[in-house]
Amino acid sequence: MKSRITKTFESLRANGKKAFIPYIMAGDPDLNRTMENVLLLEKCGADIIELGVPFTDPLADGPTIQRAAERALEAGVTLRKVISFVRDLRQQSGIPIVLMTYYNSVFKYGDKAFVHDAVNAGVDGVIIPDLIPDEAGSFIRLSNKAGLDTIFLIAPTSTENRIKKIITASRGFVYYVSITGITGAKLALDDTFMEHINKVRSLTNKPVAVGFGISTPEDAHTIAQVSDGVIIGSSVVKKLFEHPDSAGVFIKKLREAI
Amino acid sequence: MKKYPDKKGYFESYGGRFVPETLMPALLELESAYAKARKDDLFLGELRHLQETYIGRPTPLYFAERLTGHIGGAKIYLKREDLAHTGAHKINNAIGQALLAKKMGKKRLIAETGAGQHGVATATGAALVGLECEIYMGSEDVQRQALNVFRMRLLNAKVNEVNIGSKTLKDAINEALRDWTTNVRNTHYVMGTVFGPHPFPMMVRDFQSVIGKEAKRQMLKTEGRLPDYLIACVGGGSNSIGLFYDFLRDSVEMIGVEAGGRGIGSGEHAARFAGGSIGVFQGCKSYLLQNDDGNVLGTHSVSAGLDYASVGPEHSFLNDLNRVHYTYATDEEALSAFELLSKTEGIIPALESAHAVAEAVKLAQKLSKDKIIIVNLSGRGDKDVQQVARIKGIEL
Repeated sequence: MKSRITKTFESLRANGKKAFIPYIMAGDPDLNRTMENVLLLEKCGADIIELGVPFTDPLADGPTIQRAAERALEAGVTLRKVISFVRDLRQQSGIPIVLMTYYNSVFKYGDKAFVHDAVNAGVDGVIIPDLIPDEAGSFIRLSNKAGLDTIFLIAPTSTENRIKKIITASRGFVYYVSITGITGAKLALDDTFMEHINKVRSLTNKPVAVGFGISTPEDAHTIAQVSDGVIIGSSVVKKLFEHPDSAGVFIKKLREAI
Repeated sequence: MKKYPDKKGYFESYGGRFVPETLMPALLELESAYAKARKDDLFLGELRHLQETYIGRPTPLYFAERLTGHIGGAKIYLKREDLAHTGAHKINNAIGQALLAKKMGKKRLIAETGAGQHGVATATGAALVGLECEIYMGSEDVQRQALNVFRMRLLNAKVNEVNIGSKTLKDAINEALRDWTTNVRNTHYVMGTVFGPHPFPMMVRDFQSVIGKEAKRQMLKTEGRLPDYLIACVGGGSNSIGLFYDFLRDSVEMIGVEAGGRGIGSGEHAARFAGGSIGVFQGCKSYLLQNDDGNVLGTHSVSAGLDYASVGPEHSFLNDLNRVHYTYATDEEALSAFELLSKTEGIIPALESAHAVAEAVKLAQKLSKDKIIIVNLSGRGDKDVQQVARIKGIEL
């Protein structure tokens, strides 16, 4: 059976469109607000939502998302609560949800129990920035069997061999990290970036979405030209936290740019 | 006995590589450069030369006669890593990695530091081979180890205070990993302990294993036999594995001493084996102080170098094998050993090493006089003098 994420990309592709994938931190500053934010993002045209799970030591994230995680932890949000949040969300929305979580939260939950509970709650996919395919053999098997999309990251430093390995391990889409760096850093769209992303796309028919460092409608527009989807995290997190009233306008601008 | 780690960096179920993809090519590059270097006579010759002429190796194995007499039990020997250049065992690893980074064509070294000893050692290595250097240090540690911060700056390193999370060693490692992820193409990350993703736990162990090799040779020469016990403190675990590694196949008992802080019951400690469970943290799978949701708990120790939520994967392996016995000493016990060694031997130990001394005091009195203990005196206490004065309410 085709996953909800795959179907989303297929229908976008058929219409010549690209996916808009905003990221928000679950529980920032509490889960009620997260519910409002998810519905707002959907209304503003998000195709898939990446939902961050707070962790004490988010080593792939920059200051904006670190602080969001601290607020969510302060509010007592855990992986278990995020899964049950998705179950609640499913009463109101069918938008594809991808969890972004560090591996220790999953490991402590238990790989098998996590995959089972996540799928049952209506989670569509999972991104684990500190779990590379080399270490994910059994997690991938469990997820594939249960119908949970495993989305792995390709970095600008990835060699061709590693790119192939990551593509093979990925379901739903492949996540291309635009920069060597952490979330919220500055984007540099140079020739090297173009060469590398084109290389990745030449190696697969799976959708390739690009994230890290994309903060403005202009960035989003440029990235949409060379990818199947644009992932925007830190600037959305920041806007929703600091200026919730004007966030809708900003999110719509991102949508229109893609 | 099988050689560890295996090709994927596992000590049975511990270790591995749990890092963002961006770092993987750098780790593979490092693995292959190190595999060549460890068989390269030129590299090994250069390292040996620096160990002798720059670090001051071999460090003495000293019979602590007055301490032994004071306790009235087993003979206590001290492996004097405090006499190595820069004042701690950290230099053994930092020089090795600095040489390797230079050979790999890297322009810049970065490192995390807790007590500041590894930061000083890395800054020293960078100065020695002519590389740029930046050090990450939690702001709480910057305050309690002000002397080492100034030393690093004298050595031309930039010291970045880390103000997020618990503001100690683990947060400094997060920041160093973020820097490495950003600057991976020209930068080498000098991991300071037997932790993180493969090949660090193996490589750091190898560079530190000179401690045990020397101690064995020295003990055989002095006493004509192997010791009965080895004792070392365990933060990440590099000085302890450095002492233990060459004795693992011998019939010698080994004790690793973690930071008991204000006591295990208080929750304010860094005793991973006494209070932790298996987790995945900062690049590898090992024992970790965490809550039921997998979030990492805050730690406490009077010694910044032991104040860390996880422990090297090889230690978790040795713990499960029961090859090494892990115990802990509280802040109070460490402080009292700090003073005892100063008074009886004229040696002021680092607060980290004082944890090992505290265990030696407990153990020696239970043993007969013909037994022999080697304690790894991993560092000197100059850096801790101000903090100890503060704790005692003395204004300097």
